[in-house]
Amino acid sequence: MSTSDDQSKESQEVAATEKTDLEPIEPGQSSVGHVVLFFIVGFVASLVLGWVIFPKLLYSTKPQPFNYSHAIHNELVDEGCESCHYFREDGSFSGIPSLESCVECHEEMQGDSEDEAIFMEEYVAKDREIPWHVYSRQPDCVFFSHAAHVKMGKMDCVTCHGHIGESDQLPTYKENRISTYSIDIWGRNISGIKRNSWDRMKMNDCANCHRENGVNQRSVQTRKGGCFVCHN
Amino acid sequence: MKEANKHSEMQKFGMVIDLDKCTGCGACMVACMAENNVPFQEDETDPLLSVKWMRVYKMTNGKPYPETDICYLPRPCQHCEGQHEGHSPCVSVCPATATDYDMATGIVSQIYTRCFGCRYCMAACPYHVRLFNWYDPIWPPGMEKMLNPDISVRMRGIVEKCSFCFHRYQLAKDQAYVEGRREIEEHEYQTACTQACPADAIVFGDLNNPSHLVHQLAQPDLKHHGKPKNPKAFRLLERLGTNPKIYYMSSKKWVRLAGDNYTREELNKKRT
Repeated sequence: MSTSDDQSKESQEVAATEKTDLEPIEPGQSSVGHVVLFFIVGFVASLVLGWVIFPKLLYSTKPQPFNYSHAIHNELVDEGCESCHYFREDGSFSGIPSLESCVECHEEMQGDSEDEAIFMEEYVAKDREIPWHVYSRQPDCVFFSHAAHVKMGKMDCVTCHGHIGESDQLPTYKENRISTYSIDIWGRNISGIKRNSWDRMKMNDCANCHRENGVNQRSVQTRKGGCFVCHN
Repeated sequence: MKEANKHSEMQKFGMVIDLDKCTGCGACMVACMAENNVPFQEDETDPLLSVKWMRVYKMTNGKPYPETDICYLPRPCQHCEGQHEGHSPCVSVCPATATDYDMATGIVSQIYTRCFGCRYCMAACPYHVRLFNWYDPIWPPGMEKMLNPDISVRMRGIVEKCSFCFHRYQLAKDQAYVEGRREIEEHEYQTACTQACPADAIVFGDLNNPSHLVHQLAQPDLKHHGKPKNPKAFRLLERLGTNPKIYYMSSKKWVRLAGDNYTREELNKKRT
């Protein structure tokens, strides 16, 4: 008898506690509003974090040693880009000219710009190579042949490098803090939208062009582009 | 492209190694390591931990004096073609598409940045040419300045192997392009081990081109998966059907027999 009493008492107590637990939760309009508001605030905060703050944190801006005007030089040379960016006899590409080729013309001050003064004082007088930050630098495992693209593929410089040859100002160099490569590899547009062929230089940009032109699509594994064309 | 799939009409680079000429000096191993930025450790005694793209083995005929005879066998990657084009043991097992077969050159490639180190290829390779990097490469101070800029260094946790000095092929191609050619000549593309061999035991070239020395020496029979017609020539583990592109030559019968996985009974039958 006593056991049944105890049981009924217990069940009453349980019911009482359940009731007290439920009382404060009253699903009303105000709490739904809070949830929606919290969601919107969080959504906007993460958008701002991802699209504005993170890219600012990811890229550090590094100044070039001094400004260089491609436009001025392009007017003075005879053979266009190849006057300074030429092929060597062994098929390799000279890339950014060494100080030696600059001095061929710049033994004396040629103009009166501040940038040239820095160049003459800091580099020509001290016989130091100019430590340019290279916008197009790719990882070590990437092999790129200028000869194959320019000589055999008959591509022009603009297709990959854009209109840098007509520019007066060097673009700001932004370095990815994690990968240490220039922002030009990912593309200046942080959302990755590509409008011109020179906007991005990631692996897919190379691979797409190779696929469109049927270059080296000889892989046994994928029947598509072989990796050993550009990687080693 | 359709024309690309006709391997028999394109280049197929291969090697002929004359074991009669090989003195076992190991110059090919040294040249290979220097050329390809192959890492090394202080203790290189454990062959399972050490990385060597080219390795010189010593074989003996196991007979007592005075019939004792030895032979050295340099072993780079065999660049197997398999029974049909590009069906190499390692290429068919790679889950990451890190290793591939190039139809234009016949070279089995290894993309280090693509490999994630599962080592299926090492298990599949019957020649033990594939090696796993157990450690990150550490060069003695100052030596990193001597590294070859044409080859990327490999990190810990991935597989690497001989590439027939593929970067030299790329550079030779570049020179040809600048001179307005598409094809490269025999002497323009040679591997580091070939050039380092003081005894000229290693010959390298295009097996599909009858004017190249490798073709003349090995005389590959295209109807029988490139089996050498030269009676002195043989390939390692011919019976597996891997169709490798490294041909060995020896005037000694025991050496030629040692190149395959014959059972004792089969060997006794062949010897008599």
